[in-house]
Amino acid sequence: MKSSIRDFQRGRTILHCDMNNFYASVECMNDPSLRDRPVAVCGSVEMRHGIVLAKNYLAKAYGVKTGDVIWKAKHKCPDLVVVEPHYDQYMKFSRLARDIYERYTDRIEPFGMDECWLDLSDSVIPADGKKTADEIRSIVKFELGLTISVGVYFNKVFAKLGSDMRKPDATTCIPYKSFKKIVWPLPVSDLLGVGRSTGDILSFYGFETIGDLAQAPERFLTDKVGKNGLMLKAFANGEDTSSVKRSDYISPVKSVGHGVTGREDLRNNEDVWKLMLELVQEVGHRLRQHGKLAGGVSVGVRDCKLRCCEFQCRLPLPTHSPMYLARAAYSLFTRRYGWDLPIRSLTVRAIDLIEDTSDIQTDIFTDPVYIDKMEKLDLSIENLRERFGDGIVKNAVLLGDTKMPEDRELQIVMPAGAFM
Amino acid sequence: MLEKTYVGVSLTVNRRGDVRPRTIFWYDPEGEIRKYRVDRLKHVCRAASTKVGGCGMRYTVVVDGRETFLFEEDGRWFVEGRA
Repeated sequence: MKSSIRDFQRGRTILHCDMNNFYASVECMNDPSLRDRPVAVCGSVEMRHGIVLAKNYLAKAYGVKTGDVIWKAKHKCPDLVVVEPHYDQYMKFSRLARDIYERYTDRIEPFGMDECWLDLSDSVIPADGKKTADEIRSIVKFELGLTISVGVYFNKVFAKLGSDMRKPDATTCIPYKSFKKIVWPLPVSDLLGVGRSTGDILSFYGFETIGDLAQAPERFLTDKVGKNGLMLKAFANGEDTSSVKRSDYISPVKSVGHGVTGREDLRNNEDVWKLMLELVQEVGHRLRQHGKLAGGVSVGVRDCKLRCCEFQCRLPLPTHSPMYLARAAYSLFTRRYGWDLPIRSLTVRAIDLIEDTSDIQTDIFTDPVYIDKMEKLDLSIENLRERFGDGIVKNAVLLGDTKMPEDRELQIVMPAGAFM
Repeated sequence: MLEKTYVGVSLTVNRRGDVRPRTIFWYDPEGEIRKYRVDRLKHVCRAASTKVGGCGMRYTVVVDGRETFLFEEDGRWFVEGRA
């Protein structure tokens, strides 16, 4: 390891706290009659989200996996108790856990609802990572009735790896001097940042363990894995210097998207147009809220066999007009999607965002006056919706069945890239 | 077998904002309200109820000479009552 990185790292104490089987644990906590039974938290079948979102250890023992469809999970475990998710409760317990972490440091970076990194390096009281981790574990158990696993190391990546190594209710410290002995034999897919496709590529070329990745030739990684290859190699060598963000840190918005699983499969372009038009209303609204313009648009499609594909294109002029975004997204979709299979879910994302105060380069093929008029019209609609409610103005085409699910009570913000 | 039993509570709040439960109102299945005077408040902490589920501020109180837990969770009060 490079000496400057080594010196920097050794001054740090980073904890990664992971709440075990979070959704299922909260359900079992609130209803003790569930505690001795195999439990799976599953999405609504009516809303076509009928898959396992989380399960407790008893269900896990039967082979129930996150992502299993309900009938498959019940086939594996006939006594499985299926409960519906209560997101308000998960938010509450997530907030209470962070309140506990805040007693130790203000450097708390959440990674989803149930995971957080804590940087104890600047604490007034010199931090003993293991002792503090054990203390936090016992407080969370006492105050919230939930168990957490904590990983302790000098950087975020190995701290997370540590919290995954022993579950539930355990602290894992990876000693600085012997991290190679502990970490390098682990499968490469355990490393943060190695997803399914990167894992498949590495595995195909014989890089099965984190140690293999640590010693992989840089050229190979750049060629096969892309720009993240070198970052992953550095991670595998324990050279992650990324900082733990403060609790009040708001990560910059890089894209704004909205996607849903339709009540029924979408079978033709007309269905897609209606759903797209509905989706971009939210995208346009959030672009305005963030003060951004979209420089491009991306359409994500998942067909009824759960295969995904995504198309992207740039816009001639950056905009936050929902109608303009919808037209661009629809045109992109019709050019690229072959209709081999009906569509289960659709996502529209505004990408390549720029500030709405930025200077914009126009071209001779696009009529900026037309876009300007459209944006003014959209702003008027936005104002009307703010005053009288979302349903006050609608495109006539949306008055029929848009196949949009109706009961969408909560928007869940999922973890953003921790190192991007 | 214990179960989460929601109760009414009369309480006092001092100038510092400290809360002190004074009387617990238990609603029995027949619809009668039974009053229990809190003789002593021994301890207050944030805790989970491992017996009946839920978490919040836990008041360790003495009622009729017996020590019991009284929880405040999201503005509602409950005790670990017998089913």
